[in-house]
Order: sequence, then structure tokens, then C-alpha cells
Amino acid sequence: MAFDEKTEGFNVVGTRPDRPDGIDKVTGRASYGADASKAGMLHGAILRSPHAHAVIKSINLDKALALKGVKGVVTRADFAEGLTGENWNVLENVMAGEKALYDGHAVAAVAATSQLIARDALKLIEVDYEPIPHVTDVDKAMQPDAPVIREGQASKAVPAGMHPNVVDYHESGHGDVEAGFAEADLVMERTFTTEATHQGYIEPHACLATLGGDGRGELWCCTQGHWNVQKICAALVGIEQSALRVTASEIGGGFGGKTAVFIEPVALALSRKTNRPVKIAMPRADVFKATGPTASTSMDVKIGLKKDGTMTAAWGEFRSQGGAFPGSPFSFTAMCAFAPYALENVKQIGYDVMTNRPKQAAYRAPGSPMAAFAVESLLDEMCNQMGLDPLEVRLKNASKQGTKASFGPTWDRIGLVECLEAAKEHSHYAAPVPEGAGRGISCGFWFNHGGETSVTLAMSEDGTAQLMLGTPDIGGSRASMAMMAAEELGIPYEHVRATVADTATLGYNEVSHGSRVTYASGLATIEAARDTVKKLCARAAAKWGIDEDAVVWRDGCAVPSGPNAGDFDPLPIGQICRKMGATGGPIVGHYEATPEGAGVSFAVHIVDATVDRETGATSVDRYTVIQDAGKAIHPDYVEGQYQGGAAQGIGWALNEEYIYGEDGRLQNAGFLDYRIPVASDLPMIDTVIVEVPNPGHPYGVRGVGETSICPPLAAIANAVSNAAGVRMKDLPMRPSRILDALDG
Amino acid sequence: MYKPLVKVHLWSGLRSLVGQEVVEVRATNVAQMLNALEKEHPALSDAIDAGVSVSIDGKIYAYGLTEAVDETKEIYLLQRIKGG
Repeated sequence: MAFDEKTEGFNVVGTRPDRPDGIDKVTGRASYGADASKAGMLHGAILRSPHAHAVIKSINLDKALALKGVKGVVTRADFAEGLTGENWNVLENVMAGEKALYDGHAVAAVAATSQLIARDALKLIEVDYEPIPHVTDVDKAMQPDAPVIREGQASKAVPAGMHPNVVDYHESGHGDVEAGFAEADLVMERTFTTEATHQGYIEPHACLATLGGDGRGELWCCTQGHWNVQKICAALVGIEQSALRVTASEIGGGFGGKTAVFIEPVALALSRKTNRPVKIAMPRADVFKATGPTASTSMDVKIGLKKDGTMTAAWGEFRSQGGAFPGSPFSFTAMCAFAPYALENVKQIGYDVMTNRPKQAAYRAPGSPMAAFAVESLLDEMCNQMGLDPLEVRLKNASKQGTKASFGPTWDRIGLVECLEAAKEHSHYAAPVPEGAGRGISCGFWFNHGGETSVTLAMSEDGTAQLMLGTPDIGGSRASMAMMAAEELGIPYEHVRATVADTATLGYNEVSHGSRVTYASGLATIEAARDTVKKLCARAAAKWGIDEDAVVWRDGCAVPSGPNAGDFDPLPIGQICRKMGATGGPIVGHYEATPEGAGVSFAVHIVDATVDRETGATSVDRYTVIQDAGKAIHPDYVEGQYQGGAAQGIGWALNEEYIYGEDGRLQNAGFLDYRIPVASDLPMIDTVIVEVPNPGHPYGVRGVGETSICPPLAAIANAVSNAAGVRMKDLPMRPSRILDALDG
Repeated sequence: MYKPLVKVHLWSGLRSLVGQEVVEVRATNVAQMLNALEKEHPALSDAIDAGVSVSIDGKIYAYGLTEAVDETKEIYLLQRIKGG
């Protein structure tokens, strides 16, 4: 795919206009998942398993159905049969079949005339459980005596003889790792662990569903991808995809966690059963217990280093649990681990392991932050031991265009070296480490993604534009898209209204994930705008009676391409659009494609932290994010993504964790006990936008939403370890762990 | 129609299924390449059906079935890239 590149001379791109959704959000006018209602609407509630692992022997609904106000109850029997593959996995997670697989697994749902009645009815459903042994730890789940979650799930790639809970395997690399270690002056191996963390979006999942006996439905929901919701829900309730129209609400955070469905098929099934609209809004405890946290990991990493800082070899084994279903990001963990480094000898192994936990969901750069924590921590420890500057060692070994990636391919144009050099020149790195503090740095890597994308741009008679997008705005994309459309059309940013369209009004759009939106929807927006410009020029050509090729677009006007084209005054966009009905009809540009040029992205983070040796509390005192954006369309949003990734990383590194009791039940399903960072926990997070253009985008854009969460775990761990004088190898570094480490 | 002999690097988890690190098939685009891989190496079918990304000269394609391939290109099969 070739594009007309534009790398300079921007009028709108690179500026910082007001966000289009700002007033709606601060005045309460924005409509989120739980804000919708319909006449005759019922309220849904979901009964969840209190056991980590149990056979469901029977479910008696009689008493619940007899309660006044209850209009219907659904169980697994009310969903489609005969599903296979991931559709079956999703259904099994949405509504348990023969077994409850984790604490919080849905087993039945009620629709009633009020939320209170629905919840009361849940207490009247009689489920006869037979609890069976459970396992929630990734390493224990691989042991020979571990309870089996489900037989027959392993892919053919899994080596023979492994426990049935090991369901997939990855191995990649090149060179001779043992020979590489033999060349090193220092070889070290360490084991690291990370706990599962939740994406922590503030808006719980919520939806409003209508599904009639004719198999046609409407669904309003909070999601990162409504075409994906349409596809999965249609399969799970057994209707045709086009029969279900899905509209995405405003979204109060997603971070990957809203790329999946949880309550939407249940609301549809309840609506079909009751022939009434049904709304479900998840309580926070349900969000923690039954929507995807990220995977937890256990990792062994080994690196060889010469005295001059050359990495001679690297090896890693990454064990990742993603709950009671296949699908943890184990292969990404393995592939990202050593991606920042040009290694002649490297090997990474990954295992996907099932446990009695909720089905994991994507969380910003799934799998990569854990890998960086292990690799970058070990590298820091080795640099300390050898008296090497950790940044110089990273620069010396950095991946660059033409070097071979640890997972195989030869790198195209990438910006890691530029990020490291920016870090080296930054005042933060140049400043002495404050007394009593420790400093940590880390690199991070993420692939980024393109994906199926449709965009339509329709001109209005007054020369303003309506831009219809299919990717829910989870990070400011309406502003960025409006800016790119305005840039191409040559009109003010405020003259473009960007709207996230529903599934009935636009072609298929893949989920807003993989840092793809500014790249892919942006590319499609630019091409839709160029298609529009072509049509605008054609109208001018017709008016002037000259060839279409003799008209060009400049500053929002059609103008003759040169003296030979004729002597005509510039024709402004408003004048062309005012007459469009009489000159050929509506002027609409569109673009549909699967852009495949998403450039990968690297980041470098610098952290100063202090540790209170009496309480074990950590203070993050200074934080700097340096990341390659390719081209920053709206720098405020890019900086916001950088800061957001760092903030979530601080929580993951220091406090956040899923805590399971001996009974396999989640102990901290609420924000009081599951502690995400608040403003007072955070320093000002400084940002540096590096711009190494991505050749796969007309303006050079690379995705920025995910890479920012890759380095924080390691950068903070390195700062804390250097401050405390003891290596921290397990996350989170909560005060009790710090005190234990200090006590030796 | 002439189809060039393309070299496809497998991730190691697939190598054990076919006993090779690099396999050669005749194809002019990614779709033909994946079809040929499944036909000549049925053990790869599950992995390919589950979804693979393809790296061609360092550029990673999540879908890209119509992308051209030939004997001069560096081609790697990768597990399907997704994100959050």
C-alpha cells in the first residue's frame, strides 16, 4: 500500500485544539453504558459462583421465578448450542455450563422490574454445587498433581508429557545460546513473578439490550469494539450478525478490558426471554471477579554480558496464566522480552497455563510489561555488578533498522536508539541521583496493529464535514481524526464533527485495540478526505468546464493547477457544497481497508524513587517517559497516553494485585482493597515525544497507547531496588514485600 | 502460472511439528503460501487456522493475504498480533 506522504507543512496536525467531547464529559451530557433507558425496561442481575471450582449438579429457579416482579431467568440452556473454538470459550465464560471454573463465574441471570428485585431473586436461585480441588497459581497449575481445569485444550505445539493445564507453547530465537553464554564475562539467571492486575477502568461494564422473538435486536453498550460485540453476541444467542445493531456508548476507560463481552449476551438472552428491554450494569465486585484482569506470570531469565557491555546471549522462560481458558498473552511476553536488543544468540520460551481464575483480557500491550520487568531488572543488576552505565549498555546493544529481532524478522525503521539518546540528553538522566533515592531505567517494546477499518466523510451544505468512525474513542481519537480530516480538507478543526457510528451505518471495524486507532482509522480518515477532495475538485472542474486533472486543492479551495488550466478564482469548499445537490448530489468520501503498516514502537522510562525503611512505603519522586510516536497528531493526547501508561505501571509495580485465599476466592474485589494509584501517589510525569516516522502511514503515525506501559514495572523496580539496596524480583512491591526484602 | 519457491521461517513451536526451521512452498502471495503450508504440512493447520501474522521483510502483516511473496523476501510466521 503506497501513500502520498506528508511530513511537514502541517496546519492542524501537531497543534493542541480543545477536545470535542470535553464539554459533554464535564457537564454530564455524555452518555455512558449505564445512561441509556427504554420504556418497559427491566433490570438484569447475574448470579455468580462462590466456589473456585465446582461441578454444577443442578439449578432450581422455581422460587426466583415466583418472586413478584421477576419476569425471566436464564441459564446456559438459553444460549446457542454447538459452538466451537473461541465462541465456545466466550460462552462458557459468560455463562457456566457443567462446572463453575472460578470464583465469580456466572451461573444464572434474572430480569426483574427493579434492580433490587433482581438482586433479591438471585438469592432465591438454588444451585447445588459439588466443590472440587482448585488451583490459582501458575507454577502450581503446571505441577503433575495439579487439578485439571479442562482436558483436551492443549494445542499440538505443547511438548509431550506436560500437564493438561498447559494449553499452548511458544519457542523462538536464533543463534547458539550456550555458545553465547560461554563468551560472556558475567552470566546471571534470576526468577521473577508478577501478579494479575485489573485494567481498572472507572466505568463498570453496562448495556441495554432488546431482542425480540423475530431474532432482531438492538444493543447499547460500553465497549472498545461494537462490531466485535455484534459478531460474538450473534453467535452466542444464535441470530444473524446483521440482525443485531450495536451502538457504542461513551467509554469510561477500557485499556483492553473492554475488547471482550461479558454481560451483553446475557442481557440479550434475558430480553428475548421476557420480550422487554433489559439493562445490566455490573457492580464493581463483579467487574473484579468476572471481567478480565491481565495474566499473572512466573519467569526465568538468563543473560550473558561482556565487560564492555556487549550482550552475548539471552534466554528466558515465561509462564503465564490467563484463567480457566486458553489465551493468555504468553507468546507476546516471550516475543517482546528481548526485542529491544540486537542479539546474536537468543531463545525465548512461553507457556500458556489454565488456572481457576477469570478469563484474562487484554491490558495495554498484553504480556509485554511483565517481560520487560524480568529482562530489564536482570540487566540492571548485571550493570550494577559490572560497574556499567545501564543506559550506555542499552544503547550499545539496541535494536535498529537492519538488525534481527529476537523473535525472527529483520527490523524496518524503528526509533529505539533515538529514544535512548533522548533519554541520555534529558535533564533527568543528567541530574545526580538525589540522596537516599534510587534511579531506574528501562526500555519497552510493543508491536502495534492495523486491522479492518471503515471511515466515511460526508460534506454538509455549509462546507463543514461529518466524519463517521467505527473505532470507539478510548484515547482522544475523535479529536485526532477531526484534525487529520481538517488538514486534508483545508478547513478549521472545529468544522469537522467526528462521530462513532453504529454497526448499521458503516462497514466493519475491528476493535479499538493494539494502539491501532490513530494509525488505522487515521489513515482511513486521510484517504476518505482525499477521496472527498477529489470529488470536490471534480465539481469545480465541471463548473469551470475544464478537465478534472487540471484542478488541485489548496487551503480549502479548488484552484486551477496552473496557468494553462485556465484563469479562475479559487472556489471555496462552502461554495461547492452549497450547490452539491444541483451539481451531482451529496459529496461523500470513504475508505475501507485493512492497513498493514503499523510501525512498532519503543519507549524508555527514567524513574527516581525512595523507600521508607521503617514502613516499606515507596515514593516515586521523579518520572520521565520518552517514546517514539512516529508523528504526534495531537501532542496533548500523546502525552496523556504516555502519562497514563506510566501511572498504571506505577500501580502495577507497587500496589495492585489479585489476592486469592486458600479457598481460591478473590479477597480484594473492590477499590478499597485493590489499590490503584490516585493523584497524590503520583509525581508530575514528564514526557518527551520522539518522532521517527512510520513509513506505513501518510503522516508517519505510530500507535502510542500501549508501549507506555511496557517499561514502568522494570524502571520502578530498578529504582526501588537501587534505593533499597536489595533486588526486588516479585511484583507488586507492596510495603510488606519491601520490609521482607530489607530484613533479608 | 509460475510460482516462486518462498522460504518460510517458522516459530520454534511449529518447528517440532514439521521437523524443520524453514520450509519452502511455491506461492505468489500470502494466501497461496498459507494454503500451500497447510497442504504440504497438515500439522501446521491448527496453528494457521487459529490465526497467524506474517512478517515480510520486517513488516508485520496481521492479515495481508494478498501481499506478494517471492524467493527474495524474508518471511516469518508469527503468532497473531493483537493488543489492548
